[in-house]
Amino acid sequence: MSDLRREVLEQEQLARAGRRCRVAVCQAASCLSSGAGAVRENLQAQLTASGAGDSVEVFGTGCLGLCHAGPLVQVEHKDEQPRLYEHVDAGAARELAQRDVLGGQIVRERLSAAYASFFGRQRRIVLENSGVSDPERIESCVASGAYEALQKAVTEMTPADVVQELVRSGLRGRGGAGYPTGLKWSTVYKAKGARKFVICNADEGDPGAFMDRSVLEGDPHRVLEGMALAAFAVGADQGYVYVRGEYPLAIARLKTAIKQAERMQFLGARVFDTGFSFRVDIRIGAGAFVCGEETALIASIEGQRGSPRPRPPYPATSGLWGFPTLINNVETFANVAAIVGRGGDWYAGIGTGKSKGTKVFALAGRINRTGLIEVEMGLTLREILFEIGGGIPGGRAFKAAQTGGPSGGCIPAQFLDLPMDYESLAGVGSIMGSGGLIVMDDSSCMVDVARYFMEFCREESCGKCVPCRAGTVQMHGLLSKIANGRASLRDLELLESLSDLLRATSLCGLGQTAPNPVISTLRYFRDEYLAHIVDQRCPAGVCPMPGRGELHA
Amino acid sequence: MSTAAAPSTPAHPSGDKRFKLLDVAIKRQQFRPDALIELLHAAQELFGYLDDDVLIYIGRALRSPLSRVYGVATFYNFFSLKPAGRHTCVVCLGTACYVKGAGAVLQALEQARGIKAGETTSDGELSLLTARCVGACGLAPAVVFDGQMAGKLDPPGALARIADWKPSDERPA
Repeated sequence: MSDLRREVLEQEQLARAGRRCRVAVCQAASCLSSGAGAVRENLQAQLTASGAGDSVEVFGTGCLGLCHAGPLVQVEHKDEQPRLYEHVDAGAARELAQRDVLGGQIVRERLSAAYASFFGRQRRIVLENSGVSDPERIESCVASGAYEALQKAVTEMTPADVVQELVRSGLRGRGGAGYPTGLKWSTVYKAKGARKFVICNADEGDPGAFMDRSVLEGDPHRVLEGMALAAFAVGADQGYVYVRGEYPLAIARLKTAIKQAERMQFLGARVFDTGFSFRVDIRIGAGAFVCGEETALIASIEGQRGSPRPRPPYPATSGLWGFPTLINNVETFANVAAIVGRGGDWYAGIGTGKSKGTKVFALAGRINRTGLIEVEMGLTLREILFEIGGGIPGGRAFKAAQTGGPSGGCIPAQFLDLPMDYESLAGVGSIMGSGGLIVMDDSSCMVDVARYFMEFCREESCGKCVPCRAGTVQMHGLLSKIANGRASLRDLELLESLSDLLRATSLCGLGQTAPNPVISTLRYFRDEYLAHIVDQRCPAGVCPMPGRGELHA
Repeated sequence: MSTAAAPSTPAHPSGDKRFKLLDVAIKRQQFRPDALIELLHAAQELFGYLDDDVLIYIGRALRSPLSRVYGVATFYNFFSLKPAGRHTCVVCLGTACYVKGAGAVLQALEQARGIKAGETTSDGELSLLTARCVGACGLAPAVVFDGQMAGKLDPPGALARIADWKPSDERPA
């Protein structure tokens, strides 16, 4: 039996070893929109023209992290530390090619000053291939270890072994709720069904979150391998990736990756010449936040409106077309290959007591270095925001960090030293969520923020159950009244009782968690609500206060 | 696109060739009712929007009641039942963009063209839309102009982008 993966691996590693220098150009959505595509072509053309030929490799790679400073280019001479350059435009690309790639000199003007502090505290598992491999070439990914764990699993392990590794790893769902992944897998593994399905939830709906997008664009094979391992473990032969229609680049890269993996027999019929077959299809979402909820997502794959249904039965026993279905989020699947390859015990050694491994966060909002980071669970918020993120621009004061999007809450300044893990975040009334971390300074009004999220939930409510359909409208009305300076203290009471009502009686997670931003801002920033109501004044100067007829800053 | 009728068996009474392309997509999905969303995506790509005729056509092909087809088409934000303008401008209103002033950008665009978000100018020139989050939070506030993402915009910057769009412009590929 020929071993195609090993052949490709050896060939590609030989080619890599023969290269004097590797130049990685970030080809994630953010850098592309600042012109990274042209920079890549430009570098390639110059180096080809200079006759550097095979000794230098120019390739596109996944998100390099420092999104605000794009386009990013990483130059790595053999046996040297990689150098990261930022704001590389056409002129800078010329200089980089001549001075650094060919001349071996550091181009100090464009060198990223943030490199050490930005990457020093990070620990990369999910993002380990960014800057290393080219997501559009499977050979490049194989050379970085892709599909090694899958081959090991299908040829040397039993499905029960794979499930055991996941249980031992302590991995928890990265989509937001943090359900133990191993437990979910063993439920589907034990479930009886004529067929089983694996679904990857890539309907990254939280506004302010772009982790899944970056992972899909930067390393689609890692996600596909995780899905294949899951399918092998639970006994599924068909998988779906449910991707947002708003992510055309991620969809294109996934399609390419699936085609390439099928050609190599890493997916499709008879994976690695064993009896295991696994086909993956893409389903493109059509823009409905509620489809991130698993039963709504299943309805959408079945071609219906994305309305959730009551659970139980859970999808693990009765999901897609009534068959046992395993649903995990993109980042969860992206952890699987590393766990199976290196062992669950290795993974369990990373992180804190009940929150194992790493977490990818998307830093955005009022922060100096917006971008994508991956840190070990348990790092404090202060370390993330001020060491990695570089602090708040303009010397303004940190006010709150918002996690978990419309289902989450705000973490105020007094909890800056809070370790970022599932339990600690829940303890202060927020959630880990999918990983969007939005920083707000004193220019943000918390009443306005709460209203913003409630408007979002009102728009995205599917309308199936009354508490959510009518409750979000009423709560949004009350918040607008407060923001406009027309509310009374009685309205605040009503707002609080509606919060409890939605939480207790809504059908699905969307409605149950919709009041969270209100509850959390009321808990830590009640004085701002009172300022709006009693003094008809917006402390941050955001709300126009037409109720009073003038703006009070 | 030319709409000259094909000599052999027209797919649709209008003879519009795009229906033939839609037929190909329907056959590829083996007329399965659960492929409805995929086919609506395909149809919107072909026709630009979904008018009643297209919805009825898909419903018949899949043997699905029109109520279901219409229900799905109106449930999802992605599907449009009205024709879009020659140019589209999608303002991201995700949290990161919102915190960084996307509201002001949207307001400036609305005032400049005298339309509200979700509307198209009366000359069919520009559709102004909003998105929940386009996932370019590192570039907030972000706006997608005719499929091209632009980041770190302020109101004047956004207005400059649409100022180039004159009625005589060809639609960018």
